[in-house]
Amino acid sequence: MSEYIIKNGHVFDPVQGLKGDKADISVKDGKIVDKAGSGAKVIDAKGKTVMAGALEVHAHVAGPKVNAGRWYRPEDKHFDSHKKPGITRIEGGKSIPTVFKTGYEYARMGFTFAMEAAMPPLYARHVHEEIHDTPIIDEAALPVFGNNWFVFEYLKNKEIENAAAYISWVMRQTKGYGIKVVNPGGTEAWAWGLNCLTINDPVPYFDITPAEIMNGLMAANEYLGLPHSMHVHQNSLGNPGNYEVTLDTLKLAEGVKPKNNFGREQVMHSTHLQFHSYGGDNWGNFESKAKEVMDYVNKQDNITIDTGNVTLDETTTMTADGPFEHHLHGLNHLKWINVDVELETAAGVVPYIYDPNIKVCAIQWCIGLELALYAKDPMRCFITTDHPNAGPFTRYPRVYSWLMSKKVRDERLNTFKNADKVISATNLAELDREITLYELAAMTRAGPAKALGLSKDYGGLKPGMNADIAIYDINPDKFPSSGPEIEKAFGNAAYLFKDGKICVQDGKIVDFGNKHTFWVDAKVKENKLVVRDIREKFLRYYSVNEANYPVPESYAPHQHIITVDATQA
Amino acid sequence: MPKVVTDIICPFCGTLCDDIECTVSDDNKTILSVKNACAIGAEKFNHQKLPGRVTRPRMRQADGSFKEVSYDEAIDWTAKMLVASKKTLMYGWASTSCQAMSIGHEIAEKVGGIVDNCATVCHGSSLIAIEDVGVPSCTLGEVKNRADRVIFWGCNPAHAHPRHMSRYSIFPRGFFTVKGHKGRKIYVVDCRYTDTAKCADTFIQVQQGYDYELLNAFRTAARGESLPDTVGGVPKEKIYEVVAELKEGRFGIIFFGMGLTHTMGRNHNIDIAINLTRDMNDFTKFSIMAMRGHWNVTGSGQVLGWQYGFPYAVDLSRRDQARHQTGETTSVDLLVRNEVEACFYIATDPGAHFPVDAMISSSKKPTVTVDPHINCTTEISDIHIPVAMVGVETGGCAYRMDNVPIETRKVVDAPEGMLTDEELLTRINKRVDELMAAGGA
Repeated sequence: MSEYIIKNGHVFDPVQGLKGDKADISVKDGKIVDKAGSGAKVIDAKGKTVMAGALEVHAHVAGPKVNAGRWYRPEDKHFDSHKKPGITRIEGGKSIPTVFKTGYEYARMGFTFAMEAAMPPLYARHVHEEIHDTPIIDEAALPVFGNNWFVFEYLKNKEIENAAAYISWVMRQTKGYGIKVVNPGGTEAWAWGLNCLTINDPVPYFDITPAEIMNGLMAANEYLGLPHSMHVHQNSLGNPGNYEVTLDTLKLAEGVKPKNNFGREQVMHSTHLQFHSYGGDNWGNFESKAKEVMDYVNKQDNITIDTGNVTLDETTTMTADGPFEHHLHGLNHLKWINVDVELETAAGVVPYIYDPNIKVCAIQWCIGLELALYAKDPMRCFITTDHPNAGPFTRYPRVYSWLMSKKVRDERLNTFKNADKVISATNLAELDREITLYELAAMTRAGPAKALGLSKDYGGLKPGMNADIAIYDINPDKFPSSGPEIEKAFGNAAYLFKDGKICVQDGKIVDFGNKHTFWVDAKVKENKLVVRDIREKFLRYYSVNEANYPVPESYAPHQHIITVDATQA
Repeated sequence: MPKVVTDIICPFCGTLCDDIECTVSDDNKTILSVKNACAIGAEKFNHQKLPGRVTRPRMRQADGSFKEVSYDEAIDWTAKMLVASKKTLMYGWASTSCQAMSIGHEIAEKVGGIVDNCATVCHGSSLIAIEDVGVPSCTLGEVKNRADRVIFWGCNPAHAHPRHMSRYSIFPRGFFTVKGHKGRKIYVVDCRYTDTAKCADTFIQVQQGYDYELLNAFRTAARGESLPDTVGGVPKEKIYEVVAELKEGRFGIIFFGMGLTHTMGRNHNIDIAINLTRDMNDFTKFSIMAMRGHWNVTGSGQVLGWQYGFPYAVDLSRRDQARHQTGETTSVDLLVRNEVEACFYIATDPGAHFPVDAMISSSKKPTVTVDPHINCTTEISDIHIPVAMVGVETGGCAYRMDNVPIETRKVVDAPEGMLTDEELLTRINKRVDELMAAGGA
């Protein structure tokens, strides 16, 4: 394999505490090394920014609801859908790009990993088929457990060990990475057209509450010692006044200790917090509660969050929060897809236009930015757009420009149609903070890698780590002052190394790299009761046979298996 | 010793029954018996051992007869045809695996093909409606576990999806449906008294061509508005009564088929059926599902969806952009208007299903058909390339009508030396690359 020396770049790496220092990075055999051989190819990074490859912690990029969105929105292909010169395939779609475009666009922005945020176990084969076809970037997927009948039954009886054994079984069958929870209890209630809007609403029939589900899943996660924590999309998403539910949920983590061998310190990852930080009690007095939420997050070390930044685009919302999508469809009357999945979950899809002329959309935009700007520890706050829910991931460069430049963000804020009302319902105008390149490296590289339990090999540039490296045409000494310049630099990496191979050069795809599918194999003691329960449910309630449930090896030909031994737990 | 293979996925319809058992001969070459399958499904497995099966490619001679040729020769001829044609119709895909489709799409993108599947003459109109209004749906297990109101509208699963009713929709006992059939009210809306209608609690005979009006009347009744005395031949009292019963249910589902998609109104029929479903969610829980017929046609839509963003009729002839426009990039229209230069058919039999004019047009073009069997299409082709039967002689992924993917199983070996779709397409792809590198395009 080729060797490289990346010379004279400004290196930003929270893992080593490098804050733009000029340093040479050597690459050999897919790893970062102390010193490369004399024949190493020299990459001149003078006047450029060097970071580790970025990690996407939460995006909907592969699977049944993503594809339903592609299917039913031919109009999404009206924008920017063509083949670019070079080795790439045809690219299509704007808010829900095709798999080819998804891989290319992440790579062009300097990303080397993306987490598919919600995998219905029954549809795991579909998720993996799409992951298989997505070029360049490594990917993993989180199976959803927050509305699963097995989980309800075990947790109702406080049987953490059985819940853990079941979870480990599902993760192995589906090649899943961790425990995702979406509107716990609420999505099961939705199968009867109902919902759970607080953490104490009982789930119809199952006699359990969202709080009990989340407490149990957190305990099961730590019992297994998984690399990632419970990853939660909370109840009452998108409703005015929901920040109280948010705080109630976050408080569930108090006193829970992380237990794992991966250096992960959080026990709860609360995702797309923007959608959960709303005050007011109707759309008229809707306001930001980002400060209240972040005040709590900042003092609670065992929680990580991601932002879910609204990008002010036309997009396609999609979530396993079935009742929310029905509610949203009732608000905007655009086309609605729903899929209820037996014993496990549901999903909904509705297009949405975040119109800067609408006050609520502009306030949502402010809230997303406020969350990041209030974050005291960038290692615990990650930037996402909850792609495609708050906006397409391809807008990250624009989100960075708003976070990194007060001037750029104020230009946007002050020119909203309802600027006065928006400013008075939010705190953004008072915030002077500008996220630095070092903080950005924490929020998009080192932080997510640590939260996902991948910090040993990913998210940094220390010798021994994987050679996933992004080089941007940004001179930190002359940081670009206009939004478009910042966007262009972050949207077109000068170089992207993936596993030590150059995949992007000057914003162009030059190699498809060695894509890997990550999944976690958690070994538990033999549990005959759980095996029997699984057999019974498949015989009586599932519509497929147990033998046809697993995802075969061929779906993830290049798998990266992280093994966890919970047999002694 | 003959052995038993279990948990086999039936390769016939969109129901994708996955509980088939076959007894297989000791040498792994012959299926001796089939258990659990319906009559049509069992026949699919039995085709494997039909006498006179074609096992090598056949090329048409000047006198109209076929002559056996090698796979290499057939692959070379096919690749040359694809490279020479500026616009090739690449139709079918419904009886092959998603993995094979993926390779086919790669070829289509290189040579400028138009990839279309059987939805084009089947549930394409449903897909148009979904593009317009979305679709609230569910998996078939949800129906089994929860549904207490089941409507079959313009479909006849007793003939087309024989085990649908016993596995999912009428008879099974599920978690919240412990009484099975007795706990469900079954409605059949059709212009004929079908065999499915015999299982119904209520049969509603709609006047032919009046489905849209009747669905509209259901919506009107659901909103408590007034109706004329009869709609589509159905008295208003009946409509009010049925709608009231539907509202009283806890979980309703509408299954629909060709009786809606290919009668007057087409996509608009589906559109209003979906809107009725949407409306019913204001009162109770309601879903709707297309009775996808041809085995993995759903999978073809899925793979096209994640690779190009459209479920069928994907025109890649510009080579740098995917286009999809019903009436323009759909197979029948392309053929009738003589807009393609060559035809590549795989895993489907358009000769048996397309309008005669379309097939007359097709028969005048260079044509390759890839199919395990001799069928109407092979008989108007220049080359027939037989392949192993997917789901019987090779595995691969297929999608059920509710979009649930299942990895199918290999039950027996294909006849000596026969290629699978995946192997064949991989070799065609390689040959296309060679020809194009040599300036063939």
